[in-house]
Amino acid sequence: MKIILNNREEVFESDALTVDEIMKIKRFTFSKIIVKLNNTFIEKEDYDKTSVKEGDNLVVLHLLAGG
Amino acid sequence: MQDYAFLTETNRKQYIMGHNLSELKTKQKTLKSWSYVWHPIERGYNNRTLYINVGTCEIKEKPVSQQMKDKFVGGKGFGLRLLWDATTPTTKWNDPENEIIISPGPIGGITQYSGAGKSLVVTLSPQTDSVMDSNVGGFFGPFLKFSGFDAIELQGKSEKELIIFIDGVNHKIEIFEDPGFAVDSHIMGEELTEYFAEDEKDAKNIGIVSSGAAAEHSLIGMLNFTFWDNKRKMVRLKQAGRGGTGTVFRNKKIKAIVAKIPGVQGNLNNVVDLEKIMTVGRDYAGEMRDLDDKQNQMKKKGTANIVNVMSDYDLLPTHNFKYGTHKDAIKIHSDLLRDKWFTLGINDGCWIGCAMQCAKGADEFELKTGPYKGTKVIVDGPEYESAAGLGSNCGIFDYEPILETNFYCDTYGICTITWGTIVAFIMECYENGIINKEITGGLELNFGNSDASLELIHQLARGEGFGVIAGLGVRKMKQLFAEKYGADPKFLQDIGMENKGLEYSQYVSKESLAQQGGYAMTNKGPQHDEAWLIFMDMVNNQIPTFDYKANALHWFPMFRTWFGLQGLCKIVWNDVTPADNKLEKEPHKIPKHVRNYLAVYEGVTGIKLDEEGLIRQSERVYNFQRIFNIRRGYGLRQHDAQPYRAAGPVTVEEYLSREERYDKQLKEILNIDPQGKSVEEKMAILRKHREDQYEKLLDAVYERRGWTKNGVPKIEHLKNIGMDLPELIEVIKPLQ
Ligand code: SF4
Repeated sequence: MKIILNNREEVFESDALTVDEIMKIKRFTFSKIIVKLNNTFIEKEDYDKTSVKEGDNLVVLHLLAGG
Repeated sequence: MQDYAFLTETNRKQYIMGHNLSELKTKQKTLKSWSYVWHPIERGYNNRTLYINVGTCEIKEKPVSQQMKDKFVGGKGFGLRLLWDATTPTTKWNDPENEIIISPGPIGGITQYSGAGKSLVVTLSPQTDSVMDSNVGGFFGPFLKFSGFDAIELQGKSEKELIIFIDGVNHKIEIFEDPGFAVDSHIMGEELTEYFAEDEKDAKNIGIVSSGAAAEHSLIGMLNFTFWDNKRKMVRLKQAGRGGTGTVFRNKKIKAIVAKIPGVQGNLNNVVDLEKIMTVGRDYAGEMRDLDDKQNQMKKKGTANIVNVMSDYDLLPTHNFKYGTHKDAIKIHSDLLRDKWFTLGINDGCWIGCAMQCAKGADEFELKTGPYKGTKVIVDGPEYESAAGLGSNCGIFDYEPILETNFYCDTYGICTITWGTIVAFIMECYENGIINKEITGGLELNFGNSDASLELIHQLARGEGFGVIAGLGVRKMKQLFAEKYGADPKFLQDIGMENKGLEYSQYVSKESLAQQGGYAMTNKGPQHDEAWLIFMDMVNNQIPTFDYKANALHWFPMFRTWFGLQGLCKIVWNDVTPADNKLEKEPHKIPKHVRNYLAVYEGVTGIKLDEEGLIRQSERVYNFQRIFNIRRGYGLRQHDAQPYRAAGPVTVEEYLSREERYDKQLKEILNIDPQGKSVEEKMAILRKHREDQYEKLLDAVYERRGWTKNGVPKIEHLKNIGMDLPELIEVIKPLQ
């Protein structure tokens, strides 16, 4: 499927993935992250319950690290 | 033995081998004693600074004018102002005129908001030949302030080794000949604390600045600032690391500066509204209590919590910044520090009242090499920069040698960040045959050889062998290797990770154009304390255009400069995030914490400040520093150039290691089909593109900062920000 991830087109092999699976594929392991799916906040405990579909807009905002 | 009565058993055994302090007391020869009238601090300011000439033993106080406070605020601002006035455009780092200035800033020393014990050290750097500033914790800065001074200015050069004693109890300054204290900081810190403290309870009232043996033989010396760890009953060390501050210190033959105060109480800064500060301070401490464990675990892992995070995002420098991750990076995962090395459940704040407590320590670490082999010590750290610099960047994925090198860097008085980048550069040169065993005196300096890396630092401390060459830093080694050993200067320029003469700190910036600017456009050289934009740029894609990047490269460096004007720690701002931060319009700025700072500033000084005013305070000092560089023949566009390793793959192996990524970029960004092209051809195309992008970035950022295309602040801009001082206009007028 093709989605918009952080304002960029991103293609995944699977047609249905949870937020949690996308985070794992992308290795988004940082602890201070804000996730919005189609402009709705997704809490960490809901990552594995929230499905992402073709055409969705997913924002995974990493807050500052480093220094 | 009674001299060490209050040290722990381990320490006593370790330090007793050094000196008998009673004997040293009988040898103490005072060269100058100067008394002053102490006044309480008013709203964060003493309104005077302390001047000491170590060559002539002149000691005096200087008033702080309202203009100095309005334009320069404190901390780094005061340091720059005093240094400008003390030196000429041609003053060299080792001239007597050069100064070391230490200044905490108006907020410095409060205990009701976290991270308020920092000071800024400012000097002309032996590495960059221009202005250096370095931010440091520990007790000395606040104690200097509580003793009665907003800054200490050290000028001149002594012929004899000196100790400077700021006696904030009896209100006098003493300069005396060093009666024979140890050189290395972990011992000297204990000795001087014992020497000046009345008893164990008094140890917490002593703050010391010192360096170490390697600072005497190198250009990369740093300064250690002690803090007394009441639980462990020992001194701990925090470092003003960057740019050779310790080298200047030892060149002036200052062995140590000691400040002693009667004690820290609630409101020594005589702030205007303590309750206001306490309210935000309590709130912040609550965030740390409730959120730290789920977020960064600063209390358990310190700043090193990001070692594995950086590796996951291909940002952890390995093998001299060639790559951003490595199969063995798991061996230096931050969990290991938490679970195996760091002592947990102990207050690790480097200043009183810091709820973040990230100054972690590894206790009872048994040294395997060097002059202290066999002794058990505390290692202060490793912080992230030390773990990455001394570890992965040198191909060393084992905390044992990383901790050992960290310890020796500290006690010998050299910067771990600088040392890491230097050794990584040497290792790449060694593996490329640019230098060999004959040149290194038998050391096989391959990536991963921790024994050779440790021996190198011991050589430097002894002033011997190839260690002394390493202590010159990357820029001078590049020249030397080209001139003496026929190395290709272009290749060395590409792989030598320095800009302005200062070594890069430990992040891979290849895939973040904004961070390339965040590094190479800095005033002092590539340290991440001005801007860390990698996630915003590379991962979040929040700043995709040049305009966005330029805005970020304006706001973040200005905002972060402010910490150095006030005496604040930047870590506290962003290393814990409020629970409702996501609801903020600009969550990446951690706006609630910015508001906290405005409240703290108002609470201390009584002056109301908004975000714009905060940025303006920094902008004045930032532009002053840029023009200070210009006055010295630097600070122009050409000096913001970066080594290509910071921007892209220099070697074929680097390109091939991320071939898919680079090929994709050729296709998608440049519309060039990589099929059928050799790696060298693809590398050349990518390089041209990335170098062009960087030039465009410079244009955009200069414009946003109110500078000409050559990076010179415009007169009009200085007028707009209220910084059109005649001495600045004189420097930039011919360059408009
Ligand atoms: S956050 Fe860490 S470095 Fe900053 S003041 Fe607190 S303990 Fe010191």
